[in-house]
Amino acid sequence: MSNQHERVEKNVGWLSIFMIIAISIGGLVEITPLIFQSQTNEPIVGLKPYTALQLEGRDIYIREGCNNCHSQMIRPFRSETERYGHYSLAGEHVWEHPFLWGSKRTGPDLARVGGRYSDEWHHVHLHNPRDVVPQSNMPAFPWLAENTLDGELTAKKMEVFRGFGVPYTDEDIAGAKAAVTGKTEMEALIAYLQSLGTSLSEADKAMRESE
Amino acid sequence: MSSFWSAWVIVLTLGLLVAIIVLLRWNMKNYTDVAEGEEMGHEFDGIVEINNPLPKWWTYLFWICIVWGFVYLALYPGLGNFQGLLGWKSSNQDVRSLAESRAAEKRAEEEGLIVEYDRQMRAAEAEYGPIFAAYAARSIEDLAADPEAVAVGQRLFLQNCSQCHGSNAMGGPGFPNLTDDDWLHGGSPAKIKETIIGGRQGAMPAFGEQFTDQQITEVATYVLSLSGRKVDPELAAAGKTRFAVCSACHGVDGKGNQDIGSANLTDNIWLYGGSQAKVEETLRYGRNGVMPAWKDILGEDKVHVVAAYIYSLSNEQ
Repeated sequence: MSNQHERVEKNVGWLSIFMIIAISIGGLVEITPLIFQSQTNEPIVGLKPYTALQLEGRDIYIREGCNNCHSQMIRPFRSETERYGHYSLAGEHVWEHPFLWGSKRTGPDLARVGGRYSDEWHHVHLHNPRDVVPQSNMPAFPWLAENTLDGELTAKKMEVFRGFGVPYTDEDIAGAKAAVTGKTEMEALIAYLQSLGTSLSEADKAMRESE
Repeated sequence: MSSFWSAWVIVLTLGLLVAIIVLLRWNMKNYTDVAEGEEMGHEFDGIVEINNPLPKWWTYLFWICIVWGFVYLALYPGLGNFQGLLGWKSSNQDVRSLAESRAAEKRAEEEGLIVEYDRQMRAAEAEYGPIFAAYAARSIEDLAADPEAVAVGQRLFLQNCSQCHGSNAMGGPGFPNLTDDDWLHGGSPAKIKETIIGGRQGAMPAFGEQFTDQQITEVATYVLSLSGRKVDPELAAAGKTRFAVCSACHGVDGKGNQDIGSANLTDNIWLYGGSQAKVEETLRYGRNGVMPAWKDILGEDKVHVVAAYIYSLSNEQ
Protein backbone atom coordinates (compact mmCIF):
# COMPACT_ATOMS: atom_id res chain seq x y z
CA MET A 1 0.00 0.00 0.00
CA SER A 2 1.29 3.44 -0.80
CA ASN A 3 1.68 6.29 1.70
CA GLN A 4 -1.83 7.03 3.04
CA HIS A 5 -0.70 10.14 4.79
CA GLU A 6 0.31 11.56 1.44
CA ARG A 7 -3.40 11.81 0.49
CA VAL A 8 -4.09 14.22 3.30
CA GLU A 9 -0.89 16.12 2.75
CA LYS A 10 -1.39 16.63 -0.95
CA ASN A 11 -5.15 17.23 -1.11
CA VAL A 12 -5.97 20.68 0.19
CA GLY A 13 -9.69 19.86 0.47
CA TRP A 14 -9.13 16.92 2.83
CA LEU A 15 -6.49 18.87 4.71
CA SER A 16 -8.95 21.71 5.34
CA ILE A 17 -11.71 19.36 6.46
CA PHE A 18 -9.48 17.56 8.96
CA MET A 19 -8.09 20.86 10.24
CA ILE A 20 -11.59 22.23 10.83
CA ILE A 21 -12.56 19.08 12.72
CA ALA A 22 -9.39 19.25 14.82
CA ILE A 23 -9.77 22.89 15.86
CA SER A 24 -13.51 22.78 16.44
CA ILE A 25 -13.46 20.05 19.10
CA GLY A 26 -12.35 22.48 21.83
CA GLY A 27 -15.17 24.89 21.01
CA LEU A 28 -17.74 22.13 20.75
CA VAL A 29 -16.80 20.84 24.19
CA GLU A 30 -16.18 24.11 26.04
CA ILE A 31 -18.46 26.68 24.39
CA THR A 32 -21.49 24.93 22.88
CA PRO A 33 -22.86 23.44 26.13
CA LEU A 34 -22.61 26.87 27.83
CA ILE A 35 -25.10 28.29 25.35
CA PHE A 36 -27.72 25.95 26.80
CA GLN A 37 -26.87 26.09 30.52
CA SER A 38 -29.20 27.65 33.07
CA GLN A 39 -26.24 29.19 34.99
CA THR A 40 -25.26 31.22 31.96
CA ASN A 41 -28.76 32.02 30.70
CA GLU A 42 -30.72 32.84 33.84
CA PRO A 43 -30.12 36.15 35.60
CA ILE A 44 -29.12 36.18 39.26
CA VAL A 45 -31.90 36.76 41.78
CA GLY A 46 -32.90 40.43 41.71
CA LEU A 47 -30.83 41.46 38.69
CA LYS A 48 -31.99 44.89 37.57
CA PRO A 49 -31.89 45.94 33.94
CA TYR A 50 -30.11 49.21 33.18
CA THR A 51 -32.32 52.29 33.32
CA ALA A 52 -32.49 54.45 30.19
CA LEU A 53 -29.80 56.78 31.57
CA GLN A 54 -27.54 53.90 32.66
CA LEU A 55 -27.93 52.30 29.25
CA GLU A 56 -26.78 55.52 27.57
CA GLY A 57 -23.90 55.65 30.05
CA ARG A 58 -22.94 52.16 29.04
CA ASP A 59 -22.70 53.24 25.41
CA ILE A 60 -20.44 56.11 26.45
CA TYR A 61 -18.31 53.63 28.40
CA ILE A 62 -17.97 51.65 25.16
CA ARG A 63 -17.40 54.74 23.00
CA GLU A 64 -14.60 56.04 25.21
CA GLY A 65 -13.01 52.59 25.29
CA CYS A 66 -13.08 52.27 29.08
CA ASN A 67 -13.08 48.50 28.66
CA ASN A 68 -9.63 48.69 27.10
CA CYS A 69 -8.12 49.48 30.50
CA HIS A 70 -10.79 48.36 32.97
CA SER A 71 -12.03 44.80 33.28
CA GLN A 72 -15.45 43.91 34.68
CA MET A 73 -14.70 40.43 35.87
CA ILE A 74 -13.68 39.58 39.42
CA ARG A 75 -11.97 36.22 39.43
CA PRO A 76 -12.44 33.77 42.32
CA PHE A 77 -9.16 34.53 44.08
CA ARG A 78 -8.90 36.01 47.54
CA SER A 79 -6.45 38.61 46.24
CA GLU A 80 -9.24 39.93 44.00
CA THR A 81 -12.28 39.52 46.21
CA GLU A 82 -10.61 41.29 49.15
CA ARG A 83 -10.33 44.36 46.98
CA TYR A 84 -13.33 44.19 44.69
CA GLY A 85 -15.97 42.09 46.45
CA HIS A 86 -17.68 38.78 45.63
CA TYR A 87 -16.36 37.17 42.46
CA SER A 88 -18.41 37.76 39.32
CA LEU A 89 -21.23 35.35 38.54
CA ALA A 90 -22.33 34.31 35.08
CA GLY A 91 -25.92 35.25 35.93
CA GLU A 92 -24.91 38.89 36.44
CA HIS A 93 -23.99 39.23 32.79
CA VAL A 94 -26.85 37.51 30.97
CA TRP A 95 -28.30 40.84 29.79
CA GLU A 96 -24.99 42.25 28.61
CA HIS A 97 -24.78 42.57 24.83
CA PRO A 98 -21.91 42.70 24.25
CA PHE A 99 -20.37 41.84 27.62
CA LEU A 100 -17.67 44.23 28.82
CA TRP A 101 -15.51 41.82 30.79
CA GLY A 102 -12.35 43.17 29.17
CA SER A 103 -9.03 41.42 29.41
CA LYS A 104 -6.63 44.15 30.50
CA ARG A 105 -6.30 45.89 33.83
CA THR A 106 -4.33 49.06 33.41
CA GLY A 107 -6.90 50.49 35.81
CA PRO A 108 -8.77 48.62 38.51
CA ASP A 109 -11.62 46.19 37.88
CA LEU A 110 -15.00 47.94 37.79
CA ALA A 111 -17.36 44.97 38.10
CA ARG A 112 -18.54 46.18 41.55
CA VAL A 113 -17.57 49.84 41.50
CA GLY A 114 -21.23 50.88 42.02
CA GLY A 115 -21.73 52.70 45.33
CA ARG A 116 -18.07 52.60 46.21
CA TYR A 117 -17.50 56.29 45.52
CA SER A 118 -19.88 59.24 45.54
CA ASP A 119 -21.26 60.75 42.33
CA GLU A 120 -19.26 63.87 43.13
CA TRP A 121 -16.06 61.84 43.30
CA HIS A 122 -16.74 60.32 39.88
CA HIS A 123 -17.45 63.79 38.55
CA VAL A 124 -14.13 65.18 39.76
CA HIS A 125 -12.29 62.00 38.80
CA LEU A 126 -13.63 61.85 35.22
CA HIS A 127 -12.94 65.55 34.76
CA ASN A 128 -9.35 65.08 35.80
CA PRO A 129 -8.30 61.89 37.61
CA ARG A 130 -5.19 63.58 39.06
CA ASP A 131 -7.39 65.87 41.16
CA VAL A 132 -8.27 62.99 43.46
CA VAL A 133 -5.66 60.32 42.70
CA PRO A 134 -2.35 62.12 42.05
CA GLN A 135 -0.53 59.03 40.77
CA SER A 136 -3.28 58.05 38.30
CA ASN A 137 -2.43 57.67 34.61
CA MET A 138 -6.04 57.57 33.46
CA PRO A 139 -6.90 60.08 30.72
CA ALA A 140 -9.23 62.97 31.58
CA PHE A 141 -12.69 63.08 30.01
CA PRO A 142 -13.77 66.72 30.46
CA TRP A 143 -15.97 66.79 27.36
CA LEU A 144 -18.42 64.37 28.95
CA ALA A 145 -19.72 67.21 31.13
CA GLU A 146 -20.27 69.44 28.08
CA ASN A 147 -22.04 66.99 25.75
CA THR A 148 -25.75 66.53 26.39
CA LEU A 149 -27.87 63.58 25.32
CA ASP A 150 -30.82 64.04 22.98
CA GLY A 151 -32.32 60.60 23.69
CA GLU A 152 -33.30 60.07 20.05
CA LEU A 153 -32.14 56.46 19.98
CA THR A 154 -32.60 55.48 23.62
CA ALA A 155 -36.03 53.88 23.19
CA LYS A 156 -34.82 51.98 20.15
CA LYS A 157 -31.79 50.66 22.02
CA MET A 158 -34.05 49.46 24.83
CA GLU A 159 -36.27 47.70 22.32
CA VAL A 160 -33.24 45.94 20.88
CA PHE A 161 -32.22 44.85 24.37
CA ARG A 162 -35.77 43.66 25.02
CA GLY A 163 -35.33 41.47 21.95
CA PHE A 164 -32.33 39.93 23.74
CA GLY A 165 -34.56 39.06 26.69
CA VAL A 166 -34.02 42.08 28.96
CA PRO A 167 -37.36 42.63 30.74
CA TYR A 168 -38.04 46.24 29.79
CA THR A 169 -41.69 47.21 30.11
CA ASP A 170 -43.57 49.34 27.60
CA GLU A 171 -43.52 52.20 30.14
CA ASP A 172 -39.73 51.94 30.45
CA ILE A 173 -39.40 52.32 26.72
CA ALA A 174 -42.02 55.04 26.41
CA GLY A 175 -40.31 57.09 29.13
CA ALA A 176 -36.78 56.53 27.82
CA LYS A 177 -36.41 59.72 25.83
CA ALA A 178 -37.70 61.93 28.63
CA ALA A 179 -35.41 60.19 31.12
CA VAL A 180 -32.23 61.06 29.27
CA THR A 181 -32.94 64.24 27.30
CA GLY A 182 -30.84 67.12 28.53
CA LYS A 183 -28.66 65.00 30.80
CA THR A 184 -24.95 65.25 30.21
CA GLU A 185 -22.88 62.30 29.09
CA MET A 186 -21.07 62.63 32.41
CA GLU A 187 -24.30 62.07 34.34
CA ALA A 188 -25.16 59.06 32.19
CA LEU A 189 -21.73 57.48 32.61
CA ILE A 190 -21.78 58.05 36.38
CA ALA A 191 -25.28 56.54 36.60
CA TYR A 192 -23.95 53.50 34.74
CA LEU A 193 -20.85 53.18 36.92
CA GLN A 194 -22.91 53.50 40.11
CA SER A 195 -25.10 50.59 38.98
CA LEU A 196 -22.25 48.17 38.31
CA GLY A 197 -22.36 44.99 40.35
CA THR A 198 -24.84 46.30 42.90
CA SER A 199 -27.72 43.90 42.15
CA LEU A 200 -26.07 40.98 43.93
CA SER A 201 -25.70 42.67 47.32
CA GLU A 202 -28.92 44.69 47.05
CA ALA A 203 -30.98 41.57 46.38
CA ASP A 204 -29.29 39.92 49.36
CA LYS A 205 -30.06 42.89 51.60
CA ALA A 206 -33.70 42.96 50.46
CA MET A 207 -34.00 39.23 51.11
CA ARG A 208 -32.56 39.49 54.61
CA GLU A 209 -34.85 42.37 55.47
CA SER A 210 -37.92 40.47 54.30
CA GLU A 211 -37.02 37.48 56.48
CA MET B 1 -25.78 20.32 33.26
CA SER B 2 -28.41 18.16 31.58
CA SER B 3 -27.46 14.55 30.87
CA PHE B 4 -27.47 15.28 27.14
CA TRP B 5 -24.78 17.95 27.44
CA SER B 6 -22.89 15.91 29.99
CA ALA B 7 -22.82 13.00 27.51
CA TRP B 8 -21.89 15.42 24.73
CA VAL B 9 -18.83 16.60 26.64
CA ILE B 10 -17.81 13.09 27.72
CA VAL B 11 -18.16 11.53 24.28
CA LEU B 12 -16.31 14.33 22.50
CA THR B 13 -13.52 14.52 25.07
CA LEU B 14 -12.87 10.80 25.36
CA GLY B 15 -13.50 10.33 21.63
CA LEU B 16 -10.84 12.91 20.90
CA LEU B 17 -8.33 11.20 23.18
CA VAL B 18 -9.00 7.86 21.50
CA ALA B 19 -8.78 9.47 18.06
CA ILE B 20 -5.39 10.88 19.00
CA ILE B 21 -4.19 7.43 20.03
CA VAL B 22 -5.37 5.97 16.72
CA LEU B 23 -3.73 8.81 14.79
CA LEU B 24 -0.47 8.38 16.63
CA ARG B 25 -0.37 4.62 16.11
CA TRP B 26 -1.29 5.03 12.44
CA ASN B 27 1.54 7.47 11.94
CA MET B 28 4.07 5.19 13.61
CA LYS B 29 3.67 2.50 10.95
CA ASN B 30 5.60 2.56 7.74
CA TYR B 31 3.13 2.72 4.87
CA THR B 32 5.68 3.47 2.17
CA ASP B 33 7.33 0.71 0.18
CA VAL B 34 10.68 2.10 1.27
CA ALA B 35 12.41 0.39 4.16
CA GLU B 36 13.27 2.42 7.24
CA GLY B 37 16.54 4.24 6.84
CA GLU B 38 16.49 4.01 3.03
CA GLU B 39 16.34 6.96 0.70
CA MET B 40 12.88 8.13 -0.41
CA GLY B 41 14.06 8.76 -3.91
CA HIS B 42 14.44 12.47 -4.23
CA GLU B 43 17.62 14.36 -4.03
CA PHE B 44 18.46 18.00 -4.48
CA ASP B 45 21.92 19.40 -4.52
CA GLY B 46 23.23 16.40 -2.68
CA ILE B 47 20.54 16.56 0.01
CA VAL B 48 18.39 13.43 0.22
CA GLU B 49 15.19 12.55 2.06
CA ILE B 50 15.52 9.44 4.17
CA ASN B 51 12.50 7.44 5.38
CA ASN B 52 13.01 7.85 9.12
CA PRO B 53 10.41 6.92 11.76
CA LEU B 54 8.97 9.52 14.16
CA PRO B 55 11.60 10.42 16.78
CA LYS B 56 11.31 8.20 19.86
CA TRP B 57 11.48 11.05 22.39
CA TRP B 58 8.64 12.80 20.56
CA THR B 59 6.33 9.78 20.49
CA TYR B 60 7.04 9.11 24.19
CA LEU B 61 6.10 12.68 25.03
CA PHE B 62 2.91 12.18 23.07
CA TRP B 63 2.06 9.02 25.00
CA ILE B 64 2.82 10.73 28.31
CA CYS B 65 0.47 13.60 27.40
CA ILE B 66 -2.30 11.16 26.52
CA VAL B 67 -1.90 9.27 29.81
CA TRP B 68 -1.78 12.59 31.70
CA GLY B 69 -5.04 13.56 29.97
CA PHE B 70 -6.80 10.45 31.27
CA VAL B 71 -5.39 10.90 34.78
CA TYR B 72 -6.44 14.56 34.86
CA LEU B 73 -9.96 13.73 33.70
CA ALA B 74 -10.21 11.08 36.40
CA LEU B 75 -9.08 13.39 39.21
CA TYR B 76 -10.53 16.79 38.26
CA PRO B 77 -13.91 17.92 36.91
CA GLY B 78 -13.71 17.74 33.14
CA LEU B 79 -16.06 15.03 31.97
CA GLY B 80 -19.52 16.56 32.03
CA ASN B 81 -21.23 16.11 35.37
CA PHE B 82 -18.49 13.86 36.76
CA GLN B 83 -16.88 15.84 39.59
CA GLY B 84 -13.55 14.02 39.59
CA LEU B 85 -12.15 11.63 42.20
CA LEU B 86 -10.50 14.44 44.19
CA GLY B 87 -13.76 16.37 44.62
CA TRP B 88 -11.89 19.54 43.69
CA LYS B 89 -13.20 22.69 42.02
CA SER B 90 -11.98 26.26 41.77
CA SER B 91 -15.10 28.05 43.03
CA ASN B 92 -18.86 27.76 43.37
CA GLN B 93 -19.69 29.42 40.07
CA ASP B 94 -23.15 27.96 39.59
CA VAL B 95 -24.89 30.20 42.15
CA ARG B 96 -27.45 32.92 41.55
CA SER B 97 -27.42 34.90 44.79
CA LEU B 98 -25.23 35.53 47.81
CA ALA B 99 -27.49 33.23 49.84
CA GLU B 100 -26.88 30.43 47.35
CA SER B 101 -23.17 31.25 47.44
CA ARG B 102 -23.11 30.85 51.23
CA ALA B 103 -25.18 27.64 51.01
CA ALA B 104 -22.86 26.17 48.37
CA GLU B 105 -19.87 26.97 50.55
CA LYS B 106 -21.46 25.23 53.52
CA ARG B 107 -22.55 22.22 51.48
CA ALA B 108 -19.07 21.79 50.01
CA GLU B 109 -17.59 21.87 53.49
CA GLU B 110 -20.04 19.26 54.79
CA GLU B 111 -19.50 16.95 51.82
CA GLY B 112 -15.73 17.33 52.04
CA LEU B 113 -15.43 18.82 48.54
CA ILE B 114 -12.38 20.96 48.00
CA VAL B 115 -13.37 24.39 46.72
CA GLU B 116 -10.10 26.17 46.08
CA TYR B 117 -11.47 29.68 46.65
CA ASP B 118 -13.20 28.75 49.91
CA ARG B 119 -10.03 27.04 51.07
CA GLN B 120 -8.03 30.22 50.38
CA MET B 121 -10.56 32.29 52.29
CA ARG B 122 -10.59 29.93 55.28
CA ALA B 123 -6.80 29.85 55.42
CA ALA B 124 -6.74 33.66 55.44
CA GLU B 125 -9.45 33.79 58.08
CA ALA B 126 -7.49 31.37 60.26
CA GLU B 127 -4.38 33.50 59.89
CA TYR B 128 -5.78 37.04 60.07
CA GLY B 129 -9.14 36.53 61.76
CA PRO B 130 -7.70 36.28 65.29
CA ILE B 131 -5.62 39.44 64.72
CA PHE B 132 -8.67 41.50 63.79
CA ALA B 133 -10.77 39.84 66.49
CA ALA B 134 -8.14 40.85 69.06
CA TYR B 135 -8.17 44.41 67.72
CA ALA B 136 -11.97 44.47 67.79
CA ALA B 137 -11.92 43.61 71.48
CA ARG B 138 -9.82 46.68 72.29
CA SER B 139 -11.06 50.27 72.34
CA ILE B 140 -10.32 52.60 69.44
CA GLU B 141 -8.39 54.97 71.77
CA ASP B 142 -6.22 52.05 72.85
CA LEU B 143 -5.59 50.92 69.25
CA ALA B 144 -4.73 54.46 68.18
CA ALA B 145 -1.78 54.34 70.57
CA ASP B 146 -0.59 50.97 69.23
CA PRO B 147 1.78 51.55 66.27
CA GLU B 148 1.11 48.11 64.83
CA ALA B 149 -2.67 48.55 64.82
CA VAL B 150 -2.26 52.03 63.32
CA ALA B 151 -0.05 50.59 60.57
CA VAL B 152 -2.69 47.94 59.78
CA GLY B 153 -5.38 50.63 59.76
CA GLN B 154 -3.28 52.79 57.47
CA ARG B 155 -2.90 49.90 55.02
CA LEU B 156 -6.66 49.46 54.88
CA PHE B 157 -7.09 53.22 54.55
CA LEU B 158 -4.67 53.43 51.62
CA GLN B 159 -6.43 50.60 49.86
CA ASN B 160 -10.00 51.76 50.37
CA CYS B 161 -10.22 55.38 51.51
CA SER B 162 -7.30 57.23 49.92
CA GLN B 163 -9.07 57.58 46.56
CA CYS B 164 -11.20 60.34 48.09
CA HIS B 165 -9.42 61.41 51.27
CA GLY B 166 -5.91 61.25 49.77
CA SER B 167 -3.03 58.99 50.72
CA ASN B 168 -2.08 61.41 53.52
CA ALA B 169 -5.74 61.61 54.66
CA MET B 170 -5.70 65.37 54.13
CA GLY B 171 -8.64 65.29 51.71
CA GLY B 172 -9.24 67.77 48.94
CA PRO B 173 -12.04 69.99 47.62
CA GLY B 174 -15.25 68.18 48.56
CA PHE B 175 -13.48 65.42 50.49
CA PRO B 176 -12.84 66.13 54.15
CA ASN B 177 -9.41 66.43 55.70
CA LEU B 178 -9.22 63.77 58.43
CA THR B 179 -6.04 65.03 60.08
CA ASP B 180 -7.38 68.30 61.49
CA ASP B 181 -9.68 68.67 64.44
CA ASP B 182 -12.70 69.81 62.44
CA TRP B 183 -15.45 67.22 62.18
CA LEU B 184 -18.78 67.40 60.36
CA HIS B 185 -20.27 64.41 62.14
CA GLY B 186 -18.09 64.25 65.21
CA GLY B 187 -14.53 63.11 65.85
CA SER B 188 -15.06 60.82 68.81
CA PRO B 189 -14.01 57.19 68.22
CA ALA B 190 -17.64 56.05 68.22
CA LYS B 191 -18.69 58.74 65.74
CA ILE B 192 -15.79 58.03 63.38
CA LYS B 193 -16.70 54.35 63.38
CA GLU B 194 -20.37 55.17 62.84
CA THR B 195 -19.45 57.31 59.83
CA ILE B 196 -17.40 54.55 58.21
CA ILE B 197 -19.92 51.79 58.95
CA GLY B 198 -23.03 53.50 57.67
CA GLY B 199 -21.73 56.28 55.45
CA ARG B 200 -22.98 59.85 55.48
CA GLN B 201 -25.10 61.98 53.20
CA GLY B 202 -24.52 65.72 53.13
CA ALA B 203 -27.63 67.84 52.64
CA MET B 204 -26.86 71.49 52.05
CA PRO B 205 -29.91 72.71 50.09
CA ALA B 206 -29.63 74.98 47.06
CA PHE B 207 -30.77 78.57 47.61
CA GLY B 208 -30.38 79.73 44.01
CA GLU B 209 -34.14 79.95 43.49
CA GLN B 210 -35.00 81.40 46.88
CA PHE B 211 -32.35 84.15 46.89
CA THR B 212 -31.51 86.67 44.20
CA ASP B 213 -27.90 86.94 43.03
CA GLN B 214 -27.48 90.06 45.19
CA GLN B 215 -28.86 88.24 48.23
CA ILE B 216 -26.55 85.28 47.61
CA THR B 217 -23.58 87.66 47.56
CA GLU B 218 -24.74 89.27 50.80
CA VAL B 219 -25.25 86.01 52.66
CA ALA B 220 -21.90 84.65 51.39
CA THR B 221 -20.21 87.82 52.59
CA TYR B 222 -21.76 87.45 56.03
CA VAL B 223 -20.72 83.77 56.17
CA LEU B 224 -17.14 84.75 55.36
CA SER B 225 -17.23 87.40 58.10
CA LEU B 226 -17.99 84.68 60.65
CA SER B 227 -14.47 83.33 60.44
CA GLY B 228 -12.94 86.77 60.84
CA ARG B 229 -12.45 87.53 57.17
CA LYS B 230 -12.23 91.21 56.19
CA VAL B 231 -15.41 91.89 54.24
CA ASP B 232 -17.62 94.75 53.15
CA PRO B 233 -19.54 95.47 56.39
CA GLU B 234 -22.64 96.73 54.59
CA LEU B 235 -22.98 93.56 52.51
CA ALA B 236 -22.36 91.45 55.58
CA ALA B 237 -24.99 93.30 57.59
CA ALA B 238 -27.50 92.77 54.78
CA GLY B 239 -26.57 89.08 54.66
CA LYS B 240 -27.00 88.71 58.38
CA THR B 241 -30.71 89.56 58.09
CA ARG B 242 -31.15 86.54 55.85
CA PHE B 243 -28.97 84.18 57.89
CA ALA B 244 -31.99 83.04 59.90
CA VAL B 245 -32.80 80.46 57.25
CA CYS B 246 -29.21 79.17 57.48
CA SER B 247 -29.22 79.08 61.26
CA ALA B 248 -31.82 76.31 61.22
CA CYS B 249 -28.96 73.94 60.49
CA HIS B 250 -25.76 75.91 61.12
CA GLY B 251 -26.98 77.44 64.37
CA VAL B 252 -27.50 81.10 65.21
CA ASP B 253 -23.78 81.54 65.83
CA GLY B 254 -22.88 79.56 62.64
CA LYS B 255 -20.94 76.96 64.59
CA GLY B 256 -22.78 74.05 62.95
CA ASN B 257 -24.22 70.94 64.51
CA GLN B 258 -22.43 67.60 64.41
CA ASP B 259 -25.64 65.69 65.07
CA ILE B 260 -26.98 66.67 61.67
CA GLY B 261 -23.61 67.11 59.97
CA SER B 262 -23.89 70.84 59.33
CA ALA B 263 -20.57 72.59 58.93
CA ASN B 264 -19.00 74.99 61.39
CA LEU B 265 -18.82 78.27 59.42
CA THR B 266 -16.64 80.12 61.93
CA ASP B 267 -13.40 78.13 61.82
CA ASN B 268 -12.14 79.16 58.37
CA ILE B 269 -12.00 75.52 57.23
CA TRP B 270 -13.83 75.12 53.94
CA LEU B 271 -14.69 71.76 52.48
CA TYR B 272 -15.72 73.24 49.13
CA GLY B 273 -13.42 76.25 49.08
CA GLY B 274 -13.50 79.49 51.06
CA SER B 275 -13.34 82.08 48.30
CA GLN B 276 -16.31 84.42 47.85
CA ALA B 277 -17.08 82.66 44.54
CA LYS B 278 -16.95 79.17 46.07
CA VAL B 279 -19.14 80.07 49.03
CA GLU B 280 -21.64 81.63 46.65
CA GLU B 281 -21.55 78.48 44.55
CA THR B 282 -22.27 76.41 47.65
CA LEU B 283 -25.21 78.63 48.50
CA ARG B 284 -26.59 78.73 44.98
CA TYR B 285 -26.41 75.04 44.09
CA GLY B 286 -26.20 73.34 47.47
CA ARG B 287 -23.80 70.53 48.38
CA ASN B 288 -24.59 66.86 48.70
CA GLY B 289 -21.38 65.13 49.65
CA VAL B 290 -21.63 61.39 50.04
CA MET B 291 -19.53 59.16 52.23
CA PRO B 292 -20.24 55.56 51.13
CA ALA B 293 -21.02 52.87 53.72
CA TRP B 294 -18.19 50.39 54.28
CA LYS B 295 -19.79 47.81 56.57
CA ASP B 296 -20.49 45.31 53.80
CA ILE B 297 -17.20 45.84 52.01
CA LEU B 298 -14.73 45.86 54.91
CA GLY B 299 -16.68 44.21 57.71
CA GLU B 300 -17.00 45.64 61.20
CA ASP B 301 -13.67 44.39 62.56
CA LYS B 302 -11.63 46.04 59.85
CA VAL B 303 -13.65 49.25 60.12
CA HIS B 304 -12.71 49.29 63.80
CA VAL B 305 -9.00 49.34 62.90
CA VAL B 306 -9.47 51.97 60.17
CA ALA B 307 -11.33 54.12 62.71
CA ALA B 308 -8.37 53.78 65.08
CA TYR B 309 -5.99 54.95 62.34
CA ILE B 310 -8.17 57.97 61.57
CA TYR B 311 -8.60 58.76 65.24
CA SER B 312 -4.83 58.62 65.67
CA LEU B 313 -4.32 61.27 62.97
CA SER B 314 -6.00 64.07 64.88
CA ASN B 315 -5.15 62.82 68.36
CA GLU B 316 -1.49 62.04 68.13
CA GLN B 317 -0.64 63.13 71.67
